[in-house]
Amino acid sequence: MKFRSILALAAAIVAIESSPAAEQSIVLASTTSVEASGLLANILPRFTAKTGITVNVVAQGTGKALDTARRDDADLLLVHDPEAEKQFMDEGHGAARRQIAWNDFIIVGPSADPAHVRGGNDSVAALKAIASAQAAFVSRGDKSGTNAAELRLWKIAGQTPDALKEKWYRDIGGGMGQALNAASAMDAYTLSDRGTWLSFNNKGSLVIAVEGDSRLINRYDVIELSPQKHPGVKLATAKVFADWLVSTDGQQAIGAYQVSGKKLFNPSAAFPK
Amino acid sequence: MATGLREFLDIVGLSIGVSLTATTVGAAISLPIGTALAIFPFRGRRLLVVLINAFFGLPPVVVGLVLYLILSRSGPLGSLSLLFTPTAMVIAQTVLAVPIITALVHRASERAWARYGDELICDGASRIQAIPQILHIIRAELLTAVLAGFGRTISEVGAVILVGGNIRGLTRTMTTTIALQTSQGDLSLALALGAVLVGISISVSATVFALAGRARTAGSDEV
Repeated sequence: MKFRSILALAAAIVAIESSPAAEQSIVLASTTSVEASGLLANILPRFTAKTGITVNVVAQGTGKALDTARRDDADLLLVHDPEAEKQFMDEGHGAARRQIAWNDFIIVGPSADPAHVRGGNDSVAALKAIASAQAAFVSRGDKSGTNAAELRLWKIAGQTPDALKEKWYRDIGGGMGQALNAASAMDAYTLSDRGTWLSFNNKGSLVIAVEGDSRLINRYDVIELSPQKHPGVKLATAKVFADWLVSTDGQQAIGAYQVSGKKLFNPSAAFPK
Repeated sequence: MATGLREFLDIVGLSIGVSLTATTVGAAISLPIGTALAIFPFRGRRLLVVLINAFFGLPPVVVGLVLYLILSRSGPLGSLSLLFTPTAMVIAQTVLAVPIITALVHRASERAWARYGDELICDGASRIQAIPQILHIIRAELLTAVLAGFGRTISEVGAVILVGGNIRGLTRTMTTTIALQTSQGDLSLALALGAVLVGISISVSATVFALAGRARTAGSDEV
C-alpha cells in the first residue's frame, strides 16, 4: 500500500510539473553575465507582470547560447560577442539583432599587482606586462563573449598564450563567477565584465587593475531567430520580449538596476555604441 | 524575504519531487526486471547482470549529454519539446537510478530464488507468477534498493544542469542552485543550501542503513 501511495504522489508531482507548459513562456538562451549579475532576475518580473509571458533563462555563455539556438532549443538570444553574432547572422539563423545595453570589461587582479599594471587604462599593454612577468592569468576558456574578448586582446598584443605550455596562463573552462573564484584563490589576473564583478561576493584580494580602454566596451544584443531556419520556435512570443527590452519601459528597467549603488548596464537601444 | 523563502522551498520541493518521481519510475522498471533476471535462465544473462552492475558508475554528465542530444528539438525526440523541462530531469535521473535499483533487486532476488524457488514451483506457480512472490519475500531489501536509487538522484548535478538548464522557477534544483551560488561568489548561501542537501541525503542513507539492518536481522531469524 505504501508503494501505491508513493505512485499516487509521483503522479501528482508529474501533473503539477507539466502544468506550466499551458502558460505562455519562452526559453531565452543568454550569456552568464546577465544572469550572474542579477539583471534578468531584477527586470523579468516587471515584464511578466505586464504581459503574462514567462521567460525561462538558460544562462550558458555566448558561444554555447548561439549553439543552443542553432539546434532549435531556444526561442530568443541575449548575447555579447559581436564577431560570433555576426557569423550567426551570416549563417542565416537570426532575423533581427538589436543592441539593448552596454557596459565594459575590466582587468582585475591581486592587490599585490605582481605585473605592475594597476591604475592603467591600456588593456593590451597590461596583457603584455602580465605575460612578460609570467603572472598568473585566468582565462574563461569556454567560448563565451568574455572569453572571445580576451582572445581578441591577446591577438592585438601579438601573443597567443598556450595553457598547455605556459603554467601562468590558466584555462579554467568555466563561467565568469568560476573564473573570478579561481582568480581570487590563485591571486591571478582575469578579464571580467563589470556587471558580474560588481555583484560578485567572493573577491578576496582582487581589485580592478585596468579599466577605461575603448577596446574594453561590452555590448549586449538581443537576437530574434529566423522563421525560415527555425520555424518550430516561439518567434511571436519571443518578439514581444525582444521589443520590450528595447522599449522605453524595458530600457528604463535595465538602467535602473543597481548593485550597491552602482549602475551595471547602460541602456543603449536608442543610441547603440 | 518572504519570496526568497518561498523560492527556497520551491527549489527544495522540486529537487525532492523530481528525484522521487525518477526513483518511483525507476523502481517500476527495475523491480520486475531485477527479479526476472534472477528467475529466468537465458543466454547472455550473466553478461547482462555484469553490464547492469557496471552501469552503477554511469557518469551523470554523460547521461545528461546523451539525453541533451536526444531531447534537443533537432534530436530524435525533439518534437516532444522536453529539453529544459522538469520531465527531462526526471528522465535523466531515472536512467541513473535504474541500474542501481535493478542490480540490488537482482542480488536479493537471486538469494531468495535459490532458497524458495523450488518450493514456489512445486506449489504450482509459474515463473512469471513467482515474480511478485519473490518481490514480497525481499520487501525489506526492496526499500533499501529504492532508497539507494533516491540517494543517487537527489545528489547529482551533472545530468540535471544539462537537460534542465538551471532555469529559475522551473528547473532549478538544490544542486544546480549550489553550483550557481558558488559561481556568484555567494559561498555562505551555497553552503547553507549544501547543509540542507547533506541533511536530506544523510536522512536517506540513515533510513537505508536502519532498514538494511532490520532486513539482516529478519533474514538471520529465518535461517
